[in-house]
Amino acid sequence: MDNYSVFDILGPIMIGPSSSHTAGAAKIGKLARKISGNDFDSVLFYLHGSFAKTYKGHGTDRALVAGILGMEPYDERLRGSLKIANKKGIKVKFVETDLGYRHPNTVKIVFYKKGKKQDEIIGSSIGGGNVIITNINGYKVEFTGDYPTLITRQYDRPGIISKVTAIFATNNINIGKMKVNRKGKGQEASMVIETDSEIPNEAIKKILQINEIISARAINLRKKEV
Amino acid sequence: MYNTGYELLKITKEKKIKISDVVVQNECKVLEKSESEIRNKMKENLKVMIESSKQGLDGEIKSISGLIGGDAKRVNDYINTKKTTICGNTLNKAMARALSCSEINAAMGKIIAAPTAGSCGILPASIITSAEVLNLDENAMINALFTAAGIGQIIAKNATLSGAEGGCQAECGSASAMAAAAIVEMAGGTPEMSLNAAAIALKNILGLVCDPIAGLVEAPCAKRNASGTVNAMLAADLALAGVKSIIPFDEVVEAMYNVGKSLPHELRETALGGVAATKSGKEIENNIFDK
Repeated sequence: MDNYSVFDILGPIMIGPSSSHTAGAAKIGKLARKISGNDFDSVLFYLHGSFAKTYKGHGTDRALVAGILGMEPYDERLRGSLKIANKKGIKVKFVETDLGYRHPNTVKIVFYKKGKKQDEIIGSSIGGGNVIITNINGYKVEFTGDYPTLITRQYDRPGIISKVTAIFATNNINIGKMKVNRKGKGQEASMVIETDSEIPNEAIKKILQINEIISARAINLRKKEV
Repeated sequence: MYNTGYELLKITKEKKIKISDVVVQNECKVLEKSESEIRNKMKENLKVMIESSKQGLDGEIKSISGLIGGDAKRVNDYINTKKTTICGNTLNKAMARALSCSEINAAMGKIIAAPTAGSCGILPASIITSAEVLNLDENAMINALFTAAGIGQIIAKNATLSGAEGGCQAECGSASAMAAAAIVEMAGGTPEMSLNAAAIALKNILGLVCDPIAGLVEAPCAKRNASGTVNAMLAADLALAGVKSIIPFDEVVEAMYNVGKSLPHELRETALGGVAATKSGKEIENNIFDK
């Protein structure tokens, strides 16, 4: 039995009509933007399962676009997000597809800049506006964005994990969850670390100075803020 | 922390406080925040509820799919132009407000999931209308929302609030039970009466299936928000009159969960059964998605 906050029961404040198809979709879009950064000019959305079947009626398309534009699930501009994207010169396209054995409310978001693929992120909306990111650029991951999260790409070498976690320790940041994945022995690898407190820019700078690190990005957003 | 209605009641008796007090005190511990911070956050929720229950009364709201809209205004106009109505002004006003929230939700407006987006009209309509009848202020409505949330916490812990898991009884049924308990406290009833009201409301909708036409949170959802609101209000009045639920609240919650689990998946938000699977339901689905 989980301990529910009263605001899990009465909430979230959201743009309708569906916590999973609208609020959750906006949240996935926003997380994808945080993962990829805001340097893109076109975005392709591959919709899977119930997302593919009902996205128009639930405004899933508008919610996803609102998310990649940086809007929150309660932002009233969400309804007009397609026009806003158009004005900003961001091209969006929706493709109904089958992503295989996945949660029925799943989307693959691919960011492009000048025709060049930037990042590919897969996320699922798992109910009540809660979401989970399951894949980044081919790496299996698993995080919700409810905690501050560090995502890195690095070369698979001995000691790399301790170098990163040492920086967390000196910044007094406690690690809640951690997942490491790699393409193969000694090849490119990925790390996702969820923490209990925000990850400051100085820590990211230090992590980027580590030789084996290819990229590092922090997602600092908290869910249960009062 | 209270895991059941029984435990919640025990705390109110030992400390001689209201359900809303117990819920607020617990929340301060859970979120590690002060009472005023938590009350302010609930006040934000109430603001959105008031707004969404009002918007549909004067202007005609149309859903994104075009399936529903305008019924809140229809009912509001009906009260304003008819001298006598069958259910009277209070119930009609409450139904109009519930419809308004549901229509705003379907039109991609701002709402509070209470406990879900599909059942977002029941709690605002019940609480705002009861406050009007009882001549109570904003503070009383905020307290009522905490009482309602406490009932919701117990249902979430021991059963489910999701239509995909338990059918409409888990969404509109829970919202109705939450609202019933809250109204009782607003009207000065005892915590026992609140739990009786919640039990009665939930029993009245036991077994209700989730069968959204075309899979959209529109029909029959909006009208079930209207009926769920009336159900909450009648359960509150019954309890305030001294009527008891023969089966205790906790056992009703357990029964709701068991009924939900025994519903076939066609009747749990898949749009494969119930009115969604009727000839007209299927035609509507084809028309919406062939556009």
